[in-house]
Amino acid sequence: MNYKLDFTPVIDGLPDLLMGCLGTFLLALCGMALAIVIGVGGVVLRDSKIAPVRWLVKAFVEIIRNTPFLVQIFFIYFALPLIGVKLDPTPTAIIALGINGGAYAIEIIRGGVQSIGKGQIEAGLALGLHKAQVFRLIVLKPALRAIFPSLTSQFVLLTLTTSIASAISAYELTSVAQRIESDSFRSFEVYGTITLFYLVISWVMMRFFDAISARYFSYPVK
Amino acid sequence: MGTNEFLFLLTGLKWTVLLSLVGFAGGGVFGLAIALMRVSGRPLMERITSGYIALFQGTPLLMQLFVVYYGLALVGLKLDAWVAVAIGFTLHASAYLGEIWRGSIEAVPKGQTEAAKALSLNYVSRMRDVVLPQAIRISLPATVGFLVQLIKGTSLAAIVGFTELTRAGNIVSNQIFQPLLVFGIVGILYFLLCWPLSLYGSHLERRMAIAAR
Repeated sequence: MNYKLDFTPVIDGLPDLLMGCLGTFLLALCGMALAIVIGVGGVVLRDSKIAPVRWLVKAFVEIIRNTPFLVQIFFIYFALPLIGVKLDPTPTAIIALGINGGAYAIEIIRGGVQSIGKGQIEAGLALGLHKAQVFRLIVLKPALRAIFPSLTSQFVLLTLTTSIASAISAYELTSVAQRIESDSFRSFEVYGTITLFYLVISWVMMRFFDAISARYFSYPVK
Repeated sequence: MGTNEFLFLLTGLKWTVLLSLVGFAGGGVFGLAIALMRVSGRPLMERITSGYIALFQGTPLLMQLFVVYYGLALVGLKLDAWVAVAIGFTLHASAYLGEIWRGSIEAVPKGQTEAAKALSLNYVSRMRDVVLPQAIRISLPATVGFLVQLIKGTSLAAIVGFTELTRAGNIVSNQIFQPLLVFGIVGILYFLLCWPLSLYGSHLERRMAIAAR
């Protein structure tokens, strides 16, 4: 019980930790971008006319959603060199995050596309709207609005998940913290501090997404 | 990979299952308390519990495990790694389950509570006999979904040094130098554990969507 909290290593390491935050940010941003690409591609392929393609997409979604990210990142980390791709831990982590987030994005985006009624599109055409206008005003915007809350909360989750990338020592906040911790043995102080960092990061993200939602999607439903 | 290595993985699987069950049971008990405090109508209680939930939903599970693990050691509690991670998962699960169940309690029509009050049922009976049975039904799909999240989350105990399935996989893979085979099998074991639960969850969801029509 005579332990005295000592935050000197944390304060000394503050510049490194802030750089680590940037690393986390980069990882999350690239992961999200890849997840959207995989998500949109997956939704298109999931309605493919070729049955095996549909099955593959479904199997991909189920496998990714029912196994831990830690196992996925280890698997990808060891699998990539075998197929001749030699990458640093950080790009490897981005690929793993994108694949993981992509599987969730497929399900979310599919729900949004399905929420647009055929009658809406026909009504738009009947009113003399151009095809591009129908797509932009009647399909895209309402679909985006429908998926926005679940997609963005998935993004916040993905950002928190980046901490697991420290397991393959990708460059981000947690791995920076682990280095400071192993030099100073101030485990509680270091991890307690960066837990607050993560809290701020996810809070800022949520506020940001809320603001976007209020700006673009706050028109009445009916 | 020989029989011994595979049996070692199965031992890891046993700890994964146990850890998930303990986390879910402990999280269930505290989660219910949190959900009830969250809807108690008392501002202080509601503030504290909503802060608790926001804290756990806004930070990575890995950090929660680290902080609990080292924090317990700090206050002089010399605990087994097993007990420390079990406490970590219990806290984590209680926040998530508390939020899920708060939502389902609030989804029970107000008239139910009013009718129970009109019948002069006291708080305990109102909750136990009227509100909670309906809330549990509503919460079931999300609760099962969270259980899958929790099982997958227990893999992070490996980073803290607790030998569950993922860490067992790490150990075996370092022994026989076939990481792809080992993590492939580890992945399959997780999948066999989680997939039936996921299917059950979406089955419940579909059934409820039909009932709501």
